[in-house]
Order: sequence, then structure tokens, then C-alpha cells
Amino acid sequence: MTSPLLEVRGLRTVFHDLAGAWPAVDGVDLVVQPGEIVGLVGESGSGKSVTGFSLVQLIDAPGEIVSGDVLFKGEDLRRATEERLRHLRGDRIAMIFQDPLMTLNPVLTIGEQMCEAIQEHRPCSTQEAMDEASRALARVGISSPQARLKQYPHEFSGGMRQRVAIATALLNRPDLIIADEPTTALDVTIQSQILFEVQKLSRETGTAVLWITHDLAVVAELADRVAVMYAGRIVETGTVDDVLDRPRHPYTLGLLGSSAATVAPGERLRQINGAAPSIDARPSGCPFRPRCERALPVCAQIDPPPQVISNGQSYRCHNPVPEGAVP
Amino acid sequence: MTEPFFELRGVKKYFRSKATLAQRILAATGSVPPPPVLKAVDGVDLTVTRGEVLSLVGESGCGKSTLARAATGITKPTAGDIVYEGRRVAELRGKDRLDYLLKVQMVFQDPYASLNPRMQVRKIIGEALRVHGLLPKSEIDAAVDKALTEVGLDVAYRNRYPHQFSGGQRQRIGIARALAVKPGFLVCDEPVSALDVSIQAQVINLFMDVREKHGLTYLFVSHDLGIVRHISDRVAIMYLGRIVEIGPASAVFTEPAHPYSAALIAASPSTARRKRAFQPLKGELPSPLAPPGGCPFHPRCGHAMAKCHEVRPILKEIAPGRSAACHLHNSDDT
Ligand SMILES: Nc1ncnc2c1ncn2[C@@H]1O[C@H](COP(=O)(O)OP(=O)(O)OP(=O)(O)O)[C@@H](O)[C@H]1O
Ligand SMILES: Nc1ncnc2c1ncn2[C@@H]1O[C@H](COP(=O)(O)OP(=O)(O)OP(=O)(O)O)[C@@H](O)[C@H]1O
Ligand code: SF4
Ligand code: SF4
Ligand SMILES: [Mg+2]
Ligand SMILES: [Mg+2]
Repeated sequence: MTSPLLEVRGLRTVFHDLAGAWPAVDGVDLVVQPGEIVGLVGESGSGKSVTGFSLVQLIDAPGEIVSGDVLFKGEDLRRATEERLRHLRGDRIAMIFQDPLMTLNPVLTIGEQMCEAIQEHRPCSTQEAMDEASRALARVGISSPQARLKQYPHEFSGGMRQRVAIATALLNRPDLIIADEPTTALDVTIQSQILFEVQKLSRETGTAVLWITHDLAVVAELADRVAVMYAGRIVETGTVDDVLDRPRHPYTLGLLGSSAATVAPGERLRQINGAAPSIDARPSGCPFRPRCERALPVCAQIDPPPQVISNGQSYRCHNPVPEGAVP
Repeated sequence: MTEPFFELRGVKKYFRSKATLAQRILAATGSVPPPPVLKAVDGVDLTVTRGEVLSLVGESGCGKSTLARAATGITKPTAGDIVYEGRRVAELRGKDRLDYLLKVQMVFQDPYASLNPRMQVRKIIGEALRVHGLLPKSEIDAAVDKALTEVGLDVAYRNRYPHQFSGGQRQRIGIARALAVKPGFLVCDEPVSALDVSIQAQVINLFMDVREKHGLTYLFVSHDLGIVRHISDRVAIMYLGRIVEIGPASAVFTEPAHPYSAALIAASPSTARRKRAFQPLKGELPSPLAPPGGCPFHPRCGHAMAKCHEVRPILKEIAPGRSAACHLHNSDDT
């Protein structure tokens, strides 16, 4: 077997406040192979973005990565120097942030910023960099790229800003792309164009992708494997076919059942009862227990450890959904 | 027929990039062309009836957010009128204008930029209630808690600041803020795109409950065709600043009239499909900075005829309650 590109073990990231340290990421294990596309889905607030930030070591106070290993091609990023991390970020590991304004500087033109991203990792003339930036914008479906490079971020629509972030991430043909909700503002035809580029890059360069999204349909069509997050941990993972067609964790089942596709237009949508607890009020035992229809007494006492079944699917649940239940 | 609740009449919004002084002098003397005008919204007529859900779908950058901001009075259109309950918004003054601004609320597309970073969540949600005296002071906290609960946020969050929330949590704060003032018309710009499907379901169910109880009307901008089909009475498809098709949601989805609508529906992802080989865009993507002549969709259209390169099709009724801007349906216009 090939050695994994990214291996995460027991990652914990907390936020400190006067009352204590609250885990936003609470023991995440994750493996991404070279060239693999992994979908990371889950509850809003479950720690997907904080996981993404933690992987590239971009956690600032009051946040803190308190334990776990993040191995990228065998190198422990938690122990890497800031200089080494700066070199890796944007070159070997590209991150597309959920908030596009995190990557975009409001007082610089789009062209200036993209040139900077190119020239930081590769010496070339500004003209060469501008040409490359222009081609990169065209690849993500931005028309009149030459004129657009002279504009400022506020002159772009929401989806165009997202596409600039995507184009920038693809520039240096990285080994790993961490994409956090990259296509939420894109219509489906432009989205197809982008997913086409991502698939192509992954096929041609062996780029692996961690695709954080709420769009289960995109995960189904794009990803090889999927990991489902709830309350700071990965509660189920496996191949797309296994997890989407044969979910074993009650949260995954509830999530799949909430899709508008499962009921007739206009009918009330199904939703998982109750609300997710805030990070400073998570219950003991299994964090999904207050909302779970399958809860047993043991669920209040013991946090379920990951169980791996024969097909490689893994879930954290004392009373998993029987095989063959339909979402 | 009843008087329309909300109308856009010939609304346009143009942007011109800011030129430097030197550029302006050169442009005035004719030595360089003036900076191009970007026609973000280029003549939209739209009527919304009371209590309906009208969805606006279209390509990224086609002008949906600009149109939504014009409808809510946040930006002033370059031309055209916005008519609310039979009165032109541009002419509203004093209490009437305030009433319009409160009754027409907006949920913004960008959950990061639309919340004041220095305000606690309970202040953000309760602000309009307090400033405009919509509720007695003593009742505001309870109203805030109710709004938080409705969008699935733990009330323990009420003293936190926006940066302490995830993207989807912020999006829900924006929704809670808009609903708290009990609007009559809610303009939602991608309101559920950052939410997991279970919370999406909760928010959509909430929207539908409020609609039933208080007769709320919605203009719903979204690229999620599954949700649009689920909640809309009518749907309008926009392309390059104009509406190219409008009609009852069921009809548009089962039998799209405009080739762009058909392309959208065909590209829509589905959980049933696996390992799809995604296709690149066919044809050239037209730019609002240099829109093509004739039908703006012709560089990408599989049905384009000679006429499509020359003549721009206008939005015309093709069946009762349905209109499209495409020569395939307007055989008589030349
Ligand atoms: N700076 C912060 N201070 C305190 N808590 C925070 C901070 N940033 C995030 N959190 C909390 O950490 C948890 C995880 O946040 P994260 O942004 O990773 O969620 P997410 O899974 O990406 O959600 P979404 O799908 O809504 O974007 C949330 O409950 C959030 O409230
Ligand atoms: N303040 C501005 N200055 C200049 N151009 C602008 C401004 N705001 C928007 N535009 C331009 O207007 C057009 C329409 O933008 P708008 O934000 O309305 O698109 P949208 O349909 O909401 O797209 P998305 O789905 O990507 O959010 C785009 O070409 C954009 O570049
Ligand atoms: S461990 Fe228990 S409470 Fe948790 S998901 Fe499984 S059955 Fe439900
Ligand atoms: S008018 Fe012509 S080019 Fe435009 S959508 Fe119709 S067939 Fe296609
Ligand atoms: Mg997030
Ligand atoms: Mg928009």
C-alpha cells in the first residue's frame, strides 16, 4: 500500500475562554491518499473549518491545537517551523477558505494578489504571472479575465470571489487542496466547470482534495470517500457508496433523510429533532444522544469508540443503524 | 386581480469602474476609450404577489445580489422603479420610508461581511427592535432567544461575537435578525447555502411556517435547484443582467423553455449519481463587460440560429403565466 499523503491522528483543537477550554475539534482521525478526493460533511458548527485551519496550522489565540499528529508526506506539521509552513502553504498545500475575503485583500486588485501568489513560490516576470493569472481566471469561468484582473474584490460577485480563491489554489498544482465550502455561491453549470478542473488536476497531477461541503450531491458525484462530522469528531467514514447508501451512524441517516429530494415539493421537510449543543455544553457519553432515536442507556456513559467493519467503513456508535435501512 | 404587492419596473443597475484622473483626461480627449460600463442588472420587470415564494436563479455574476439589494432599498437603481404596495419607493419619505425599510428585510449572501464584528449576537438580533421601538425593552431579550431557538442556535450563544461562530451559524444569525422584525417581504440571498441539510430543512420549514402564519412573501435567491423546486410557487431564471424565463416552478422544472434553464436543470447534481465525469462549459462565456450582440446566450447555445446572432429576443408570454426570451418560442418576432 502507498503511504498516505495526509494522516491525522487524535487532533484536538480548543477555544479558551474565562470558563475553560472548549473542544471545537475533539479527536479527529483522517487519512487522505495521494490523488484521493475526500468529502468532509457534517453539522454546521461541528468543527469542519476548524479542522481545516488546524491541518495547515492556522489557529490563533484563543484557539489552540492541544494534541494529535498531522503528518503530511510523513512530516509532522505540528512541529514544523513557521518558515517551513509558509513555504508549504500555497505551494504544496492550498487552502480555499470558507470566507473568500480571508484570502482577498480589499485594497489590492485581483491581478496584484494572484501575481503575488504565483511569484511567491516561483520566480517569473510580472507579465508572465499576469498571463498565467488570466488563464487561471478563464479556467474557473470568469469572462474578460484581462479586465477583471484590474478590478478590486468588492467589484466581484460572491461566486466570483469564490472562484478567484479556487483559481489561486489551483495555480501551483499542489499535492493537497483543502477546500472549505468552495462552491456555495456557484450555479450548477459554473460548478460543473470547476469540478471538471478539479477532477482533471487530481487525475493529471495526483493532487488530493479534502472537499468540505454541505452539498451531499456534489460529494456523491465527486468524492471517493466521505467523512461525516458531528460535535467535533468524525462519526462515520467510508466509501461514498457505503456511507451514502448504507449509513450506519444515526446522524448520517438523519442527514440523508433531510434532503429536499426525499419529499414531494411543498411538503414539510424532515429534520433531525433538537439542536446541536454549543461547544461549552456538550453532553457526556455520545454527543448525539439527546437527539438520537436509537440511544441506549450506555450512550449516556460511554463515548463510543470507532468501530471498523469489513468493508473499511467506520462509525462511532453503540447501536448502529441496521444494515439495509434506507435513508 | 388584486393590486401587485411588490414590483420592479425596468430596473437597471450599472457600474462604471473608477478611472484615475489621468485616465479621465485621456478619455475626455478621446485618446483612450472610457472605462467600460458593467450592466449588472439591465432592465428587469418583475411582479411579486402577496404571499408567494418567487425564486431567482441564475449564473454566478448575473446580477442576482445586485437586484436583491436594489429591491430592498440598499442600493439605488441606475434606472427604473421599485413599487411597494402600489407606491414608488423612491418617493417614500419619513415614516413611510422607514416602514418600507422595516417591512422589507434582507438575508445577505455573505455571512462573514454582513454582521457587525463589534456587536454581541443579542445586540445584532435585537438592534432594530430596540432602535425603532418595535418591542418594549423588557421583551427584547425573550424575542432574541426565541429567534435564536427558531434557527437552531443554542441560546447560550447570545453573548458571543460573530467571529466566534462557524459560517453556517453566522448565516443563521442573519436569518434570525431579519425574521425578528416581523417583515412582510423577505429577500433572501443564498440563505441556506452554508447550512447542513438538516438545518436547511429546519430553516426552510421555519420559512414556510412564518409564511402560513403571517402571510410573509419571499424573493428567494438560490443556486440549489432542489430547494428552489421544493419551496417556490414561481421561478425566474436570470442570465447576464436580464430575466430569460419566468413561470410556475413545476412547469419550468419539468419543461424548461429557455435553453439556459434546460442547461441548468441538466447540470444539477444528484446524490444518486456517482463518479460523474464533469463537463467543461461549452462555448464561450459571455462577459457583462462586453456582452455579445443578439441573444446573450448564443455563444453557448446548442439551438442558436442565424437570427440569434443579430436580434436580441425579448421576454414574451409563451403560455398563460409563462414567459421566455428565446427565438425558439417567439417565431413571429424579427
Ligand atoms: N474563535 C472562536 N471562538 C470560539 N468558538 C469558536 C471560534 N471559532 C469557531 N468556534 C466554534 O467552534 C465550532 C466549530 O466551528 P467550525 O467553524 O469549525 O464549524 P463548521 O463545521 O465549519 O461549521 P459550518 O458548516 O457552519 O461552517 C463552532 O461551534 C463554533 O461556534
Ligand atoms: N460594487 C460593484 N462595483 C462594480 N461591479 C460590481 C459591483 N457589485 C457587483 N458588480 C458586478 O455586477 C455583476 C453582478 O454581480 P452580483 O453580485 O449581482 O452577481 P450575483 O448574480 O449575485 O452572483 P453570485 O451568484 O456569484 O453571487 C458582476 O459582474 C459583478 O462583477
Ligand atoms: S452511540 Fe447511542 S446515542 Fe450515540 S448515535 Fe449511537 S445509538 Fe445514538
Ligand atoms: S434565442 Fe437563440 S441563442 Fe438565444 S437561447 Fe434561444 S435559441 Fe439559443
Ligand atoms: Mg465552516
Ligand atoms: Mg450574489
